[in-house]
Amino acid sequence: MESFTPWSALAGGVLIGASATLLLWTTGRIAGISGIARGLLSSAAGEFAWRALFLVGLIGGAWLYYAFAAPVAQAPVVPHARPGFPPLLLVVAGLAVGYGTALGRGCTSGHGVCGLARLSPRSAAATLTFLAAGIATTWMVRHVIGVQ
Amino acid sequence: MKAARYLASLASGLLFGIGLALSGMTRPQKVLGFLDVAGQWDPSLVFVLGGAVIVATLGFRLVRRRATPLFAASFDLPANRSIDAPLAGGALLFGIGWGMAGYCPGPAIAQLAAPNVETLYFLPAMIAGWVLYRATTGVGKATRQAGRA
Repeated sequence: MESFTPWSALAGGVLIGASATLLLWTTGRIAGISGIARGLLSSAAGEFAWRALFLVGLIGGAWLYYAFAAPVAQAPVVPHARPGFPPLLLVVAGLAVGYGTALGRGCTSGHGVCGLARLSPRSAAATLTFLAAGIATTWMVRHVIGVQ
Repeated sequence: MKAARYLASLASGLLFGIGLALSGMTRPQKVLGFLDVAGQWDPSLVFVLGGAVIVATLGFRLVRRRATPLFAASFDLPANRSIDAPLAGGALLFGIGWGMAGYCPGPAIAQLAAPNVETLYFLPAMIAGWVLYRATTGVGKATRQAGRA
């Protein structure tokens, strides 16, 4: 069970919005994580370094937060594996997230944050769709199949 | 200009990573606590998305007053406006995967900051999904792709 944490959630969201603004302002690019990472797989010249550096920053930022916040926090901060969570479910979920974000051209950050901020009806449709699918699937997995 | 662009990308990534970790969204339990509306519902993700969208909406408006970005020749924005079958199918499939395990691409990659056994299964599978898409459609092969969203 997770407790409601409005302030850290809001502050984290503000930083994510600031990150997307900074990237667009400086480089002209949209901060969509699946698109940035997927672009690493194509070999277009001049496209690799900025994407790799953004992702190094992403990992480094999380690492910094864990390093400073974990020793003083009362609630869990660092992700930990769920005991007994089926590996097969993780693999199927990973394939679906990968293929789905490639086909739909975006994820929570690209469509959900940047697309909504650009007032894009296309991104709003995508966001409503993946939210509804996520809620329905979580209900299935947790309450019908019984995996926690 | 190139160095400035690279440094700005790194700084943007850092902000994003701190924001994700601070918001709790790097923990799949927290994400599923939001998606599980039939359980002990945790509305925190509404605040994450709300805060991010409000700041980005205001920020993007200010940025788009400029003719060009600071360190690049032009803005590079998705031109596709159509709500079509690939968008719907892709978003549906992504949502199903998200609801199964609680990872979307940002948190899945940020897992490398503190990897655990789940990272071993999810992250390679997600990358395999991207490769599978490219292999089956040919989209994104050695081209600058539109799929940046």
